Amino acid sequence: MTTALRPYTLIAELTYRCPLACGYCSNPLELARHDAELSTDDWARVFRQAAALGVLQLNLTGGEPLVRPDLEALVAAARASDLYVNLITSGIPADAERLARLQAAGLDSLQLSVQDTDPRGAAWIAGRDDMEAKLATAAATRALGLPLTLNVVLHRGNIGRVADFVALAERLGAARLELANTQYLGWALANRDALLPSRAAVEEARRLALEARERLRGKMEVLFVRPDYYADRPRACMDGWARRYLVVTPDGVALPCHQAGEIAALAGSWENVRDRALGDIWSAGAGFRAFRGEDWMPAPCRTCDERKTDFGGCRCQAFALLGDAAATDPACALAPRHDLVVAARASADAAPAPAPLRLRRFRPVA
Amino acid sequence: MIARTTRLSLARQVRLKLDPRSGKQVLLYPEKGLELNDTGARVAALCLAPRSVGEIVDRLVAAADGGVTPAQIEAEVLAFLRALEDRGLLVVHP
Repeated sequence: MTTALRPYTLIAELTYRCPLACGYCSNPLELARHDAELSTDDWARVFRQAAALGVLQLNLTGGEPLVRPDLEALVAAARASDLYVNLITSGIPADAERLARLQAAGLDSLQLSVQDTDPRGAAWIAGRDDMEAKLATAAATRALGLPLTLNVVLHRGNIGRVADFVALAERLGAARLELANTQYLGWALANRDALLPSRAAVEEARRLALEARERLRGKMEVLFVRPDYYADRPRACMDGWARRYLVVTPDGVALPCHQAGEIAALAGSWENVRDRALGDIWSAGAGFRAFRGEDWMPAPCRTCDERKTDFGGCRCQAFALLGDAAATDPACALAPRHDLVVAARASADAAPAPAPLRLRRFRPVA
Repeated sequence: MIARTTRLSLARQVRLKLDPRSGKQVLLYPEKGLELNDTGARVAALCLAPRSVGEIVDRLVAAADGGVTPAQIEAEVLAFLRALEDRGLLVVHP
């Protein structure tokens, strides 16, 4: 049964280089430990292999994909493989001419990250404020007729400004607004006390987001993702391990999610697209098979009706919090170690605001 | 609300393509895909250029091989188009 699974989305992390230093970045904590980035030809081959495997959607992300001088060629290669090409960007360094070239190369949609509507908040979370450059990127995107999504990662520092984010997205003519709470892994876990909002703040943000979704239906899609720390059940992380998504890191390692490379027990299980075809890694790679399906599930997951919808939650979170990727995700209220999440909420409530942040290690863009 | 006289087409962000793995037509838009049944695929193909809903329905009625009434076809087309409209995947033309 598992061999019939196909990935629908390839997340291509083109580079870890980024002008921003967000305290919730999904890149690895050890940014320096990685090999040289894949070449244009390597990526073009990966895109062809992905399309043959059934992938329909391509997310070009990073780091900041715009720092790759060959981004136009990568977009063209992806379109040659008939993929739907989403560019996920901080909008820096972008200019109208470059965006026009990317569109001519076949770019389908652009997702622009906005850290905060308040410049001080942006500087706190990302190390700098770039709102003017982001507004210019958004305007250029709309002028080209490219669909624009605003991506907002919510945390304690900005969750009170959901109404401002909605107003900004409307003003910019965005087709989508994604208000996703931080997932507390990697950098975000290191900064959890400073980032985790209160339950009341999450519920108020959710209320405003749902209200905007109703009001803007048919005009702008408003998505809200609750933090799993305040849900009773775990999130369906990546729609299940190695089930619909594939990630390829800048140096060519194929993974089922951004964080899977951090799981110690799987350290020797990952393969590189330089050495093996993507389809073989997907179907036979040891890391991909480790938590695919239900055989790995412990109690209470293995007999729980909800395993068909949440797929047992997040393996990386189980590893990050318990050191055991095969344990029940502590975000689940039924998990033996749900107390860890309860304690984290209390610890965040007691932390000062704004608490100091550990920003991700800055790597020069050039 | 979409009615028979509404003229519409697929929004610019939407791509209709054949999924080689399933053999089905899919609509692709940012980060998502919608697998279409036969009627959906035919309606989506007709929405590649601006058309009135009435014209889309008439074309499907003309191509139908019996077993369904024109009223059933119209209801199915309207439900499909309203689902697309809800997702922001259609442009309505004056």
